[in-house]
Amino acid sequence: MNIMIKIFISALLLFASTVQAVEYQQFQVNQSALNFAYKQMGVNMQGKFKQFSAQMAFDPAKPVNARAHFEVNLASIATGSTDADEEVAGKLWFDAKTYPLASFTSTSVKALGANRYQVSGKLTIKGKTLDISTPVTIQTDGKRAIFDGSFNIKRLSYGIGTGEWADLSTVADDIQIVFHLIVFAAPVIPSPTH
Amino acid sequence: MKRYTHTAMALHWLMALLIPAMLTLGHYMHDLKLSPLKLQLYSYHKWLGVSLLLLALLRIIWRLTHQPPALYLPRWQQLASSAVHDLLYLLLIAIPVSGWLMSSAKGVQTVWFGILPLPDLLEKNEALGHLLGKVHGSLSSVLLILIIMHIAAALKHQFIDRDQLLSRMLPGTSATGNLP
Repeated sequence: MNIMIKIFISALLLFASTVQAVEYQQFQVNQSALNFAYKQMGVNMQGKFKQFSAQMAFDPAKPVNARAHFEVNLASIATGSTDADEEVAGKLWFDAKTYPLASFTSTSVKALGANRYQVSGKLTIKGKTLDISTPVTIQTDGKRAIFDGSFNIKRLSYGIGTGEWADLSTVADDIQIVFHLIVFAAPVIPSPTH
Repeated sequence: MKRYTHTAMALHWLMALLIPAMLTLGHYMHDLKLSPLKLQLYSYHKWLGVSLLLLALLRIIWRLTHQPPALYLPRWQQLASSAVHDLLYLLLIAIPVSGWLMSSAKGVQTVWFGILPLPDLLEKNEALGHLLGKVHGSLSSVLLILIIMHIAAALKHQFIDRDQLLSRMLPGTSATGNLP
């Protein structure tokens, strides 16, 4: 068989497979949000991270193959006060100079039914890696997928807020992470005639 | 000399203890570096501030429903006295309310004694929060000046005029006794 025909057929097959299975993998950072909530002196507080990136791939037909990797710029935290933003970037909290990024890498995705999936993976903050697992709601419409969910971490298990801040009566141990992620479907591969 | 009611005296002297403590605390905590202590002091300041707002409201209601003992003073002193007292009452409301509004604008809800959440009266707005902080501080400075004038006037009546005016706000036995 002519080598050109071989390439043509492989391209065609590849095209066919991508049309069949919509895979969401174009992460939209500007439409996504990474927020957190915690208690300070009994008061509910909220904040967000302004800079984060993700590589994601999700095919509703094959959720077990889904994968996600996140990186969060910890210095981009917005607590609502400049003083607090500077403090949490410091050594006792994130130590963002030494550990600028927090990361999450998925290890498994299981379908729970009704657009819900159990996502497990490894969360690394301040050089410490711990396993986490959280249900995620994923809505898809063929063009984009919306991932929503939240999970709690214990800040002290990552050494976040040590020294004088280790007193949990001021800033509580439980930190709720709330994510809203938008991922577009992969662009259609151009037809082989081009 | 007729006296204020015991309720009015109790409210007056309780606030006379708490307000200087609050002014000192507010001034001190503002300059602290961020620390758990600072967060704790801010919370205590807010809890006490809400308490003082309630005491002030109670006091104003009491004042409006109970005639204070008559004052026999020159006209200008009567005018000065009522002007200072009116301003004091106004600030006893305006200062805690400005603090509450500042807290809302800064995105930190006020939860009285860590138990009772007060509604946030403003949306989170950093610039407005900063402005309200300035207002809160300025009003507190005016309050401090008025308190000094108030104390100075009371001391002048007590030790220069020797007219027993201070005893109107002090419990004790006298021929006329307390107002009911």
